[in-house]
Amino acid sequence: MIRFILRRLLVGLVLVIAVSALAYTLLYANSDNIARRILGQNATAELVARKAAELGLDRPLWQQYSDWFVHAVQGQFGRSWFTGELVATGVTSRLSVTLSIVIGATILSAVVGVVLGVLAATRGGWVDRLVQFVSILGFAIPGFLVALGLVLVFSLQLGLFKATGYVPPTSSIAGWLSSVTLPVVALALGTIVVVAQQVRGSVADARERDYVRTLRSRGLSSRRVVARHVLRNAAGPALAVLAVQFVGLLGGAVIVEQIFAIPGLGQLAVSSTVKADIPMVMGLVMATAVLVVLVNLVIDLAQAALNPKVRLS
Amino acid sequence: MTEYAAAPVVAPTLARQSLFRRLLRNPVAVAALAFLAVVAVVAVVGRWIAPVDPTLSSLQLVVADPSAAHPLGGDSAGRDVLSRLLSATQISIAGALLALVVALLVGVVGGLIAGYYGGLFDTVSSWLTAIVMALPAIVVLLAARAALGPSIWVSMAIFGVLLSPAFFRLVHVSVRAVRDELYVDAARVAGLSDARIIGRHILGVVRAPIIIQSAVLLGIAIAVQSGLEFLGLGDQAVPTWGGMLNDGFAQIYRAPVLMLWPSLAIGLTSMALVLVANAARDELERSAPRARARRPPAAGSDTRVDRPAMILHPDDRRTSALDTDVLLRVRNLVVAYDREGEGSTEVVKGVDLEVRRGEVHGLIGESGSGKTQTAFAILGLLSSGGHIEAGSIEFAGDRLDEGGEGSYARVRGRRIAYVPQEPMSNLDPSFTIGSQLVEPMRVVLGLSRGEARSRALALLERVGIPDPAHAFAAYPHEISGGMAQRVLIAGAVSCDPELVIADEPTTALDVTVQAEVLDLLRDLQRERGMAVLIVTHNFGVVADLCDRVSVMQSGRIVESGPVDAIFDHPEHEYTCSLLGAILEDGDARKPLESHKEITR
Repeated sequence: MIRFILRRLLVGLVLVIAVSALAYTLLYANSDNIARRILGQNATAELVARKAAELGLDRPLWQQYSDWFVHAVQGQFGRSWFTGELVATGVTSRLSVTLSIVIGATILSAVVGVVLGVLAATRGGWVDRLVQFVSILGFAIPGFLVALGLVLVFSLQLGLFKATGYVPPTSSIAGWLSSVTLPVVALALGTIVVVAQQVRGSVADARERDYVRTLRSRGLSSRRVVARHVLRNAAGPALAVLAVQFVGLLGGAVIVEQIFAIPGLGQLAVSSTVKADIPMVMGLVMATAVLVVLVNLVIDLAQAALNPKVRLS
Repeated sequence: MTEYAAAPVVAPTLARQSLFRRLLRNPVAVAALAFLAVVAVVAVVGRWIAPVDPTLSSLQLVVADPSAAHPLGGDSAGRDVLSRLLSATQISIAGALLALVVALLVGVVGGLIAGYYGGLFDTVSSWLTAIVMALPAIVVLLAARAALGPSIWVSMAIFGVLLSPAFFRLVHVSVRAVRDELYVDAARVAGLSDARIIGRHILGVVRAPIIIQSAVLLGIAIAVQSGLEFLGLGDQAVPTWGGMLNDGFAQIYRAPVLMLWPSLAIGLTSMALVLVANAARDELERSAPRARARRPPAAGSDTRVDRPAMILHPDDRRTSALDTDVLLRVRNLVVAYDREGEGSTEVVKGVDLEVRRGEVHGLIGESGSGKTQTAFAILGLLSSGGHIEAGSIEFAGDRLDEGGEGSYARVRGRRIAYVPQEPMSNLDPSFTIGSQLVEPMRVVLGLSRGEARSRALALLERVGIPDPAHAFAAYPHEISGGMAQRVLIAGAVSCDPELVIADEPTTALDVTVQAEVLDLLRDLQRERGMAVLIVTHNFGVVADLCDRVSVMQSGRIVESGPVDAIFDHPEHEYTCSLLGAILEDGDARKPLESHKEITR
C-alpha cells in the first residue's frame, strides 16, 4: 500500500515538473512582448529592453527557469510585478474561497449525480428518459449561461440569494451559505449530468452481473443488493469520472467567480492575465497542477479502498 | 465546461447508407441541422447583411430600446445590436472551427502514428496527453493570453491542441484494434503501402466517430471561446458572442435584455451541435451489429406447435406422487423474453416438473434447451426482459408465481437456494468471502454478527476448505475456482433450505475437482435431507447422483421418470441419443429428425 502511494506521488511529481517547464516556456519565451505589454504599445525599444533587463527577462530561458525552479522548491515563487504581493501569499489567501466552491460543487454533483444515475438505471421507463433528456440539456448549455440565468432569476427577480460578493464563513455562516449557494449550483450542474450518465451506465452494467443473481438467491432484497453490492462495484468508474470532472470544475470556477464577484483564484487569474502579471500567473498554474495531482491521488486511494484488486497490484 | 466528452464508443458500422441521409429521418436532428445551417449562412454572409457598421457608436443608441431602424436596440457603447450579432457570428464560428481543425490535425495524425507504429512515440504522446489533461483548459488559455496577448486566433489554436487528446484517444484505440486484424495483414501481404492501409482501413473505421466527436468539440470550443471573451479577455475591437455577453452582463441592472441575444446564439448553437451528435450516435448504434452480452438463448422458433405428450415413466410409488410428497410442482411453465420492439421469444415452452422432498432430481438437456431459464423462473430471478407467460410454480403448496416479488422473497435463500454454474463470476469481487456468507445469514436468519461468523466458518470447514479462517478473510480473486464453488455451495446451504437448485455446478471446474464437488453435494443432501434439482447436460452426473430425471429439449420436457427406468428403457428418441452419446456400448448416434426440425 505504501509503495502504491509512493509510486503515485512520484508520477504526480514528474507531472508537476513537466507542467512547470512547459508553462514557464509558454509564459516567458517572448520577453520583449511581455515588457512591451507592461509598458504599453508606445514605449520605445530602449525602454522595453531596460524593463526586460530589470525583470531578468534578458537571460537565456533555461537559466531563468532553473533559477525559478530552485526558488520554487524552497517555496519562493517571487512577487507580483504590479502589487509586489508575494505570489505564494496571493495564491494561498484565495485558495480556501475557491476550494470551498469547487469542493462544494464536487460533493453536490457526486450526491445528485449518483441518485439520478441509480434511479435512471433501476427504475427505467420515464425516470430514465427524463434523466437522459436533462443530461443532454445540461451537457449542451455552457455553464456560464446557466450561472447568468440563475443570477437573473434567483437573485435579481426573486431576491433569494446574494447576487455578488462573498461572505467568509468566519463572519456569518448564513451569509456564507447565501453567497456560495448559487455559484456551487451553477458550477455543479454540468458535472451532475456527466456523473449521472456514468453512474447510470455502470449501475446498469453491475446489475447484470452473475453475483447479483446469486446474492438475490440467498434472500437479499433487490434494494439491498443495489445499495451494498451494485453501488460499490459501480463506484470505481464513477470516481474516475469525478477525478476528470474536478479539473473541469477548477476551470469553471474561473468564470463563475467572475460572475458572482467572488474573490478566489479565478478572479486573481483573470486580473493577473489582463495585466500580464506573469509571476502570479505562473504561481496560479502551479497551484492548479498541484491541486489536480493531489485530487487524483485521493481518488486513486479511494479506488484502492473500494477495489481489492487495485490494492494488490 | 472544459471537460472532454467521454469519447463515444461506437462500433464501426458497415452500413453503406450515408449517416447524413439517415439523420434526415430524425425530426430533432433535422431541426438542429436546420438551425446550424442558418448559423453557417449567417457566419458566411453576416458581415455584409449587417444594416449598420457593427463598430459604429452613436450616443442616441446607448442602451436604446428596439426600434424600426435598430430592431434589437443598441448596446452600452451605442452600437447596433443586430449588426454586432450578425458580424459576431462569423468571428465566433471561425474561431471554433480553427480550434477544431487544429485538434483534428494534431489528434488524428498523432493518434494514427502512435497507434500504427507504437513504440517511443506512443509513450511520449501518452505523457503529453496526461500533461494536457492535468490543467483546466481555461487556466492554460489564461496563461497564453497573459503571455501572448488577446488574439482570439492564438487562443483558439492553443485550445485546439488542448482538445486534441479526445481525437488522439479515439484514433489510437481504433488503430490499435484494427492494426492486428487479419484484413490489415492481408492488405500488407498484398503489398499495399502503410499510407494506403491507414487511409482505407483505419480512417474508414474511425470516420463516423470522429464526425460525432467533432460536433461535440465544436460546441465546447464555442462555449470556451465565449467564456474567455465573457471574462473580458478577448480582443475588444472585434465583435464576438462572448464579448456581447460581457457587455450585457455589465448592464445587468440597466438592460439585462442585452444578454439575451448572445446567450441564445451560444446556447442554441451548442445545443444543436450536441443534439446532432447524439442523434448520429443513436443512428450508428442502431445500425451496428448488436453484440448483447448474456442474452438468454432463444430455443428454436416461437411458433407454438402441438405439444407432444411427455413420456412419464411409472415409478415404484405412483405415477404422480402424493401432494404432501411434492415439494416443487411446475405446471405448463412458459417463459418468454421481450424482443426489442417486436413481441417476445419463448425460451421455455410448457414445462411440467415435480421435485419431491429429499430427492435428487436431474434436469438434463443440451445447452439452449431452456434448463437454466426454468431454474431462474423457479427462483423468480429471470434476467431483465424475462417473464413467466403462462403456467404455475407451486412450492410446498404455495403458488410462487401469483404473489409477485413478495412470495419469492419469502422462500428465496431460506427455503429454496441456488448454486450457480460459473463460480468466479458469482462472487462479488469487492467483498470478502466471509462477508458474502455472513450477510445473507444475518438478513434471513436474523443472526448476530458473531453467530453468523462462527456458522460461516463451520460451513467453510464442512465444504472442505482447508483453512476456513484464511478463506473467510480472502477476496474471491485470491481463491481457486474449485474453492469458489465450495464457497457457493456453503452459501446455498447456509440457511437450511429444503430445495437446492444447482445449475451445472461442475461444468466450469477441472475434471479432478468435479467428482469432489459432486460428492460434497451428495453428502450435504443426505445429511440435511434436502431436495436437489440439478441442472446438467451430462448423463454421467445423473447416473452418479440422481433419483429421478427429466429430459428437456427445445423448451419442453420430453421424458421423465426414475433414473433406472430411463436408463433401462429410454423411450424418447432424444433421450436415446443423449444416452448413446455417453454409453460406450450404446448404439451409434442417429441423426435427429425432430431436433433438426425445431432448431432450423
